Amino acid sequence: MSTIGDTHGAPETAPAACAHCGLDVPAGLLDADAVRQFCCGGCRTAYAILHEHGLENYYAFDERRDAPVRPTGKRYEEFDHEAFRALYVKPARGGLCTVDLYLEGVHCSSCVWLVERVPLLLKGVVRAELDIRRSRAHVEWDPAAVTLGSIAHQLDVLGYPPHPFRGVGAEAMRRKEDRAMLMRIGISGALAGNIMLLALALYSGWFTGMEVEYERYFRLVSLLLTIPSLFGPGWLFFQGALASVRTRRLHIDLPIAIALLAGFTRGAVNTFTGTGPIYFDAVGLLVFLLLSGRFLQNRGQRAAADAAELLGSLAPNAARIVDDDTGGERDVPVEALLPGMVMTVRAGDTFAADGDIIEGRSAVDTSLLTGESRPEGVAVGARVFAGTVNLTGPLKVRVVQAGETSRLGALLRRMEESARRKAPVVQLANSIAGWFVAVVLVVAVAAYVYGLRHDPGRALDNAIALLVVTCPCALGLATPLAITMGIGRAAKRGILIKGGDAVESLNRPGLILLDKTGTVTEGRVRLVRWEGPDGMKPMVAALERESNHPIAIAIQQAWPVLETLDATQVAQTVGGGIEGVVSGRHVVVGSPAFVADRVAAELGSTPDPRIEAFAEEGLTPVWIAMDGVIVARAGFGDPLRADARASIDRLRALGWRVALLSGDHPAVVRATAQQLGIDLADATGGASPEEKLRRVEDARARGTVLMVGDGVNDAAAIAAATVGVGVHGGAEASMNAADVYLARPGLGPLVELVEGSRRTMLVIRNNIIFSIAYNVLGASLALLGFLDPLIAAVLMPMSSLSVVFASWRGRTFDVEPAAPAAPAAR
Amino acid sequence: MSILFLILPLALLVVFIAVAGFIWAARKGQFDDLDTPAMRALHDDPGDGKPGAPPKQDP
Repeated sequence: MSTIGDTHGAPETAPAACAHCGLDVPAGLLDADAVRQFCCGGCRTAYAILHEHGLENYYAFDERRDAPVRPTGKRYEEFDHEAFRALYVKPARGGLCTVDLYLEGVHCSSCVWLVERVPLLLKGVVRAELDIRRSRAHVEWDPAAVTLGSIAHQLDVLGYPPHPFRGVGAEAMRRKEDRAMLMRIGISGALAGNIMLLALALYSGWFTGMEVEYERYFRLVSLLLTIPSLFGPGWLFFQGALASVRTRRLHIDLPIAIALLAGFTRGAVNTFTGTGPIYFDAVGLLVFLLLSGRFLQNRGQRAAADAAELLGSLAPNAARIVDDDTGGERDVPVEALLPGMVMTVRAGDTFAADGDIIEGRSAVDTSLLTGESRPEGVAVGARVFAGTVNLTGPLKVRVVQAGETSRLGALLRRMEESARRKAPVVQLANSIAGWFVAVVLVVAVAAYVYGLRHDPGRALDNAIALLVVTCPCALGLATPLAITMGIGRAAKRGILIKGGDAVESLNRPGLILLDKTGTVTEGRVRLVRWEGPDGMKPMVAALERESNHPIAIAIQQAWPVLETLDATQVAQTVGGGIEGVVSGRHVVVGSPAFVADRVAAELGSTPDPRIEAFAEEGLTPVWIAMDGVIVARAGFGDPLRADARASIDRLRALGWRVALLSGDHPAVVRATAQQLGIDLADATGGASPEEKLRRVEDARARGTVLMVGDGVNDAAAIAAATVGVGVHGGAEASMNAADVYLARPGLGPLVELVEGSRRTMLVIRNNIIFSIAYNVLGASLALLGFLDPLIAAVLMPMSSLSVVFASWRGRTFDVEPAAPAAPAAR
Repeated sequence: MSILFLILPLALLVVFIAVAGFIWAARKGQFDDLDTPAMRALHDDPGDGKPGAPPKQDP
């Protein structure tokens, strides 16, 4: 966190702080003559722009962005494309246009300030408003004066790379619902407050005496205030109750509606007869409290859904295509891709559509689609799929299928289907509501019949009092409050839960299906085993520096600081290896077959037993030869996450059965299972996305299924599982399908999720027991005829308040996990 | 005490106005974003959003 209050530049004493972001300037970039030092070119540019436009006030903020500006360098041409405009840009008054952009990297007050001053930087931008919680900027501009592409570029240069905000429609709908709910709460709250003021007067009069005309007047006004409360905001409960009757699925709304209606009707009748209790204060307060509970519940779930949606907006949105007429290249949004177009895909880019390679050779990371962690070599004529990543060389690809018809699109459709088919979980409170209604109705009728024989005058009043006092207000609040608190606390720990259903389902242990690549492993190729003299390492590193093959990158990461040697006469063979001359020696690095071809014949002819040994451990073997002799062997693989073993042991201790379900090669999956102590029968490899889905559906028939995955190949299975979990760094599709998204790496958060859910359910159970105890107490008082309106009026809010308190105090997600499950994540 | 017959409706009228105000505000989206406006209020120059409006120079 920067604390430099100085407006103009950094102090000249070492270590120098960057004039823009306040971080230390690397020694190599220190310029002794300059007044201001910068840690990178991005910061220098951003500083120059702010200075030029008189926006130095930015540096007066104590709390500033403390990360260097790293522009993506994209040109954002696709933002000006017709297809992009049709999807995301909306016309506004006066020939202006508006768009919602999701900005990366905004997090504090100074970001709000800077983003909202973009109109000062670019002529033609009329308004820029930032919603900091949702990281979303609403931009209004004059298309005649400036293009959206240049606005996007400007934001990028300032360090806030923009993305089109996807899912505007869903967001608008949620916003409408939120506002409607807020209005309901406002109205019912104002009415309840005033009804209670009148009730206070009535209760006082009941003790001290009150003239009949005033009493009648107050009761009438109470009735007039209760009618709009019950049939305005409170109508929601009647709707819920009606739906519950119509679909024959019991819902907590049913007993609530019965109590509200009984209390109101009896109260209305009593208002006109001038005798007996009126219950209006209870009815008004119930409507307000229950609505508040429901609002909180929706809000907590929305926050998580919002966060996941924003992450979804980060998916690549542009493809670079070759223009048929001019031969030049330009960026278009993925939505504008059509079959037959030729796109160029640089190394490191994601394919935006399915297509055939017409130029170039490369390796492709297909893990997103297949779960296979090892890159696959491709050449002219090979088919590549949208969502996979081009790793090593530039490619030209002729688009065959784009958008919804691509393999990725088809998978996403299946995912949506299985999500739709999924039967909703019956909440604990709703399942209790069933017998609750039955018991209350039976007791009320019995009390009425008994009363008719013994005290006919009070029989009806006692029965109604029973109905009102047993209104399951606390029961209705118990679940939403506890779950809302739980979800909120989980979100703070990087566990985004999209629905309360997930919490309830996780309470019953069942089967956990873990994807391998990216979930229990790191999802990256790493050097795992080195058998050979250390003296070879610099020579290998020198050679591999010339390549950007995944193996080469793994070597560069494994030995980042080794003395620099120079490699000459470097030659790469796709699918084979690399060779060259280092320090006068001829060095070959590559697959065993490739290396065997290049060593002395008698050594290369016999198959090497080490190949088999490496394969058993799930490692990719790479042999190293110098001057015709094999001198070292390296094994590459996708290492387990540090906390995987401990987390899985903990989950087992909690009663879950843990199984692996991966699209990766069966041998690799078996090796991983062995390291994790998972029964080999539970380790399934080579599973296609379709097989994964089938596996999950089969298992669901037998109980709770928790599917954890990161790729598009898991998305359908995640959607179909009782609870689907997307993990950190996963694909957009798996996040959208998931009920829970873990925003922290590793499996530690998974353990926290399971344990936190258990504790949340415990709080819910206690709440329910509590509220039923109150109801039993109230009912017994009513049955014995001791329940006068005042006691009822005290008893009801008391029960709700105690539930509120218990939910707030309940230890759910903020407890450290019992096992040191995720040391790396903290 | 018969003043109550006048004052109670008047009080309820005030409540009605307050509720109407609240509904208007909710409809206008005043409660949609509760975080950013709090930060915006502390910014020194009232950015009117129009190009060319120079921000004040003194911090």
